[in-house]
Amino acid sequence: MTATAANTSDAMASAPGVRSATDVDWRRSANIGGILGITAVFIGLVGMAVGLDKRMLIDPVLSLGYLFVLAIPLIGGWIAAREITLEGMTAPIKGARDIVAGAVAGLVGGAVVAMFLVMLNAWDLQELLPNWSDALLDMYTFGQGVGVGIVLVLVVGLVLGAIGGAVHVIPAKPRRLLSIAVQWVISFAVLEAVIDDLLGGFGLQAVADVIYARRGGLLIIPGLIIGAIAAFVAHRFEGKGAELKTQYMELEPERKNQVSKQGLIIMVVLGIVLPIFLGKIVNELLSNVGLFILLALGLNVVIGRAGILDIGYVAFFAVGSYMMAFLTSPLAPWRESDGILSAVFGWLPVLNWFVALPIVVLTAAIVGVLIGTPVIRMRGDYLAIVTLGFGEIIRLLFLSDWLAPTFGGAQGIRSIPGVNLGFAEINGTDPRAVFYLVAIFVAIAIYVSSQLETSRLGRAWMAIREDESVAEAMGINTVTTKLFAFVVGAILASFSGAIFAAKVGSVFPNSFELLVSIIILVVVIVGGMGNIPGVMMGAVVLIGVLGGPSQPGLLQEFSEFKLLIYGALLVFMMLKKPEGLIPNAARNRELHQEEALQDAWLKGDKPGTTKDEVDDAGPAPSAADIDGSLGLGGATS
Amino acid sequence: MTRLLEIENVSITFGGLKAIDDLNFHVDEGEIVSVIGPNGAGKTTFFNTITGLVTPQIGDIKFEGQSLIGLDPNEITARGLARTFQNVRLFPQMTILENVMVAQHCRTNQRVIGPLFRTAAWKKEEAEIRERAEKVLGFFGHRLVGYRLEQPAFVLSYANRRRLEIARAMATQPKLLLLDEPVAGMNPKESEELTHLIGRLRSEWGFSIVMIEHDMGVVRDVSDRVVVLDHGVTIAQGSYEEVSTNPTVIEAYLGKAAAESEGGGSLDSAAHSGEGAH
Amino acid sequence: MAATTSAKPTGPTPVKNKKKSVFQTNNWVDIFLTVVRLVAIGIIGLGFTLFVIQQATGEGLSSEALRNLIVAGIAQGAMYGLIALGYSMVYGVLGFINFAHGEVFMSGAIAGWIVSDTLFKNGLWESNFIVSLLIVLTVSVFVSTAATILMERIAYRPLRESPRLIPLITSIGVSFFMQNAVLGLIGPSSKNFPALPEWLSKKRGFLGIELEGTKLLVLFVAFVSMAGLWFFVERTKTGKAMRAVAEDKEIAALMGINVDRIIITTFAVGGAMAGVAGVLWGLLFRGVSFLTGFLPGIKAFTAAVIGGVGNLGGSMAGGLILGVAESVGPLLILEPLGIPGVSQLKDVVAFSVLVLVLLFKPSGLFGERLSAEDRA
Ligand SMILES: Nc1ncnc2c1ncn2[C@@H]1O[C@H](COP(=O)(O)OP(=O)(O)O)[C@@H](O)[C@H]1O
Ligand SMILES: [Mg+2]
Repeated sequence: MTATAANTSDAMASAPGVRSATDVDWRRSANIGGILGITAVFIGLVGMAVGLDKRMLIDPVLSLGYLFVLAIPLIGGWIAAREITLEGMTAPIKGARDIVAGAVAGLVGGAVVAMFLVMLNAWDLQELLPNWSDALLDMYTFGQGVGVGIVLVLVVGLVLGAIGGAVHVIPAKPRRLLSIAVQWVISFAVLEAVIDDLLGGFGLQAVADVIYARRGGLLIIPGLIIGAIAAFVAHRFEGKGAELKTQYMELEPERKNQVSKQGLIIMVVLGIVLPIFLGKIVNELLSNVGLFILLALGLNVVIGRAGILDIGYVAFFAVGSYMMAFLTSPLAPWRESDGILSAVFGWLPVLNWFVALPIVVLTAAIVGVLIGTPVIRMRGDYLAIVTLGFGEIIRLLFLSDWLAPTFGGAQGIRSIPGVNLGFAEINGTDPRAVFYLVAIFVAIAIYVSSQLETSRLGRAWMAIREDESVAEAMGINTVTTKLFAFVVGAILASFSGAIFAAKVGSVFPNSFELLVSIIILVVVIVGGMGNIPGVMMGAVVLIGVLGGPSQPGLLQEFSEFKLLIYGALLVFMMLKKPEGLIPNAARNRELHQEEALQDAWLKGDKPGTTKDEVDDAGPAPSAADIDGSLGLGGATS
Repeated sequence: MTRLLEIENVSITFGGLKAIDDLNFHVDEGEIVSVIGPNGAGKTTFFNTITGLVTPQIGDIKFEGQSLIGLDPNEITARGLARTFQNVRLFPQMTILENVMVAQHCRTNQRVIGPLFRTAAWKKEEAEIRERAEKVLGFFGHRLVGYRLEQPAFVLSYANRRRLEIARAMATQPKLLLLDEPVAGMNPKESEELTHLIGRLRSEWGFSIVMIEHDMGVVRDVSDRVVVLDHGVTIAQGSYEEVSTNPTVIEAYLGKAAAESEGGGSLDSAAHSGEGAH
Repeated sequence: MAATTSAKPTGPTPVKNKKKSVFQTNNWVDIFLTVVRLVAIGIIGLGFTLFVIQQATGEGLSSEALRNLIVAGIAQGAMYGLIALGYSMVYGVLGFINFAHGEVFMSGAIAGWIVSDTLFKNGLWESNFIVSLLIVLTVSVFVSTAATILMERIAYRPLRESPRLIPLITSIGVSFFMQNAVLGLIGPSSKNFPALPEWLSKKRGFLGIELEGTKLLVLFVAFVSMAGLWFFVERTKTGKAMRAVAEDKEIAALMGINVDRIIITTFAVGGAMAGVAGVLWGLLFRGVSFLTGFLPGIKAFTAAVIGGVGNLGGSMAGGLILGVAESVGPLLILEPLGIPGVSQLKDVVAFSVLVLVLLFKPSGLFGERLSAEDRA
């Protein structure tokens, strides 16, 4: 720490700008290098490196496993060379120093890995650590044996670290083009299943065969072409996006509405048409994503809008699924048992999905009130733990022998029919139909949450999130208002549960573990709390690529490691980007509008505006204010 | 004149500290009453008590003849009391318009059905909420309207935050408005303007007002009656002239020695030196 | 209106405002909570009455079985207590629930397994158990302490000024990450500690009761650790600084205490206790896995709340109470009600205790000790 401080002040003392290669903050680079090395070793020992090596990204040079491992020195070199320029100071000129800083970090990282390789070679700890294996040794030495391998590791670390550092040296424009090209190539490789499927659907299987290798992975030449095209397109249309945005901003409100509507129609048409050309796997993926979008939109109301940290949210998903199964399955255990239920409700016929849905929703709402009422006045952190408790209690009760005559215990409820439309039945065997069903409910959920957000209730939620005691002093009944958020969340989750039951055809208690709640939480946080498009994008990216708790994503090889990644992501987001990765479009629009309107204002077409009043414009939003945008502060004490 | 607010023998104790000690106080309809006193005298606690944030261990608070004891803060606001906070507490991420719209919560009642089915009643109510919000904001000239409506509250300057807080309190449609140091942190020009507005709050909007204030100029210009608190006890009340020459009051502000040495020192200077301390 | 200097007002004698009793309130939340409370008391009361009747008619448990259950509960409760200390101290100082503390305990248990397994293969475990145990304890405590210090340094320190739910969410992430990291490192299967040597694990009489040696050992080690902790907090300078920081961080900093260092110490001491608990868990139940931390973590948090967060003696007592309640509760209350498969409901009981305690007695049985800013 002190060394860093001393070095920074050194840097300040010397004239900013031109520095020699020896100006490197050696200690910082070495520290970063150490972290890099440990990360690489960790990734190896948890099995990610070898596990992901099976998936080819670019045939035959780059597997997903190697991408992970090799990205470490690249990113590390980039971080080591990064300098934070304080406001008002001239940014130092980038140069040899940055490359050296990156290289040092990479080399130290390589040295750590090399030491690890020596140990890996000498000892056999596989009994304790299953991934302490020859396969790992083989991979980390690039198949060259320990001796050559260690040298290779050092060289690769050095070179990649230097390249990472050198990224800073490239001028902004080529850097941008390069980064876009790389992003495109990797996207094409990762989205192989979708693109292959889509091309096949349009009768272009031949194209797919040219781009992708038979055993998976982008081929090198097509990869290079894709990168080149991406860079060219980015170069050719640079700034066009921003231009369009400004054009849109400057439209008359009515015209703007029209354009938005047209955009919406195009989206809807795409949503209807595209799945027709997609195969089973991708449609299955999409319907899973849809189920999680529903859940995430519900949790978004609870956490993002009202600021209630509910980590037992899966309970409502479980209630929705079980209730649907309970009502629609002809083999529901309670029908055959001789308990009170069958005596009292024995006359109840097996219901159609649509008939059962209102009962399911009502039940979820009641459970929402029953769980919500006692917890709603609690301190925020205790509330989180209690909701977790309720979530687990509900799952354990479904699991127990005690209630097995009603809910089937560990066996769950089977033979749940699909959604009977009269002319057809939607069930898991036809993922496309499930997707359409989910899409309808997602549309409903979007409508409900956006409509509520902009109305009286939504404003009250936001006020409570910002400052609960002030909200109460301003006349808001915080208990009922928060309870409404809880119930709306519960209902959206029950939609998801009801579709889930019909899709899967059976429900088991272990589909509703705590980790489901946590994954939904990660989705909401990555997308940005309180931001509907953000949360949806979060679900598409995370569930689509990594996969849900028990649903595989595009990168099926990830299924073993996705929970690890979700955990790391949650920590990372809280530390670095608590407002979410996807910018809040609504907020941005407002800010843009402000600029335009402010310009008009400054031109003075309002009477009575004195210079003095314009000067009144407040200070720029401070970091603290923006940090507060999470608004979870209000819900705490 | 009818009694609006009546406080009888109220005491508040925090741990061992008596913040309010056996206080009696009243406001008549149409009155503007100023509460003054040195820092830590218990003025803010007094507001907190009236608005239900703190429940008195002893005593009764009556608003329009009905006791407020045991009511939640939101119920008290619904009865027609609204306040501002000494340390401005807006909803910073909400827009200026939303800040004022949300304050009408207890005067409106659309919940889920209205917005979901876009009923006529809901549309009408939303339009009314917005109209009222703009009207309230318009009371402060051009400062809070126009392009400002859609800006988040955190971009406002300090003085404008104070104005917005008053607007937010006005939007709850109170009968009695409680202002906690409304001009603190404003420059002389701004506070003069606000003083004028406070007068108009009564004449145009019909609010009765209780105001905590350190700026004696403001107190002199608007109050019908001044109440002086010290250590949770009313040490004097009456018109501004009566209170400002009261030796006990001057002593409370400046300490005994100063009061004696200065003889007939005036409160204006005393209050200003007291203000420097906070 | 004359200026009146205040004499003591001579109004009517002031009314005292009592809190309205639940029977006078018209607030439906209060009514609901009262109903929940009554139902809970009703179920417990009914079950217990039935139990007493069964005992009286001689149909119930033998007194020996009951005694065994209680002893098992105490041994388990001692471990809850040790883990609870970590929650309690951190909450006392920082006002936040370190959700990942259960995983700190788990890391201690796993480290304990690795070391003891190695020692067992070397034969030292059999030949010199005491030395082996000390080695295992040392390594486990080291690992847990390191885990918790890293956690604080990487994940929590940058968030110290954030709204309190932010570090809580972070700690959920940390917990999830650690669980799955361990899953990746050692695999999903449950790992077994080597069995204790026969001379230790055999049953022996103690104060007139037959006790398994293992349980005695667990109680002994837990007791020694507690005593050490008590000595540390009450008698050493660092301990006093810790209490000062818990009371008020700012004033403590003004008095020249290095708050950062004290906070790390707090985490570290909590981690060390969790490490001890991890080894004891392994000795007693033998099987440990990446999931070992989850339930004991939640239960230990419950214990900390029962005892009063921030109150160290309370945490230990809370652990014992919860341990015993959990071990006899199902048989004492649920079984007499005719509920089948009560042993499956053990965790339901534990979670219900958690919910009920947080609902009705969040300040604990022995009083909270929170810093000034957290009480507000
Ligand atoms: N919630 C509280 N808990 C403990 N003490 C408080 C609380 N609120 C106010 N006080 C104390 O009560 C006294 C009166 O404070 P306050 O009403 O804010 O004074 P004023 O507004 O006149 O400056 C002060 O000594 C303050 O520290
Ligand atoms: Mg005050």
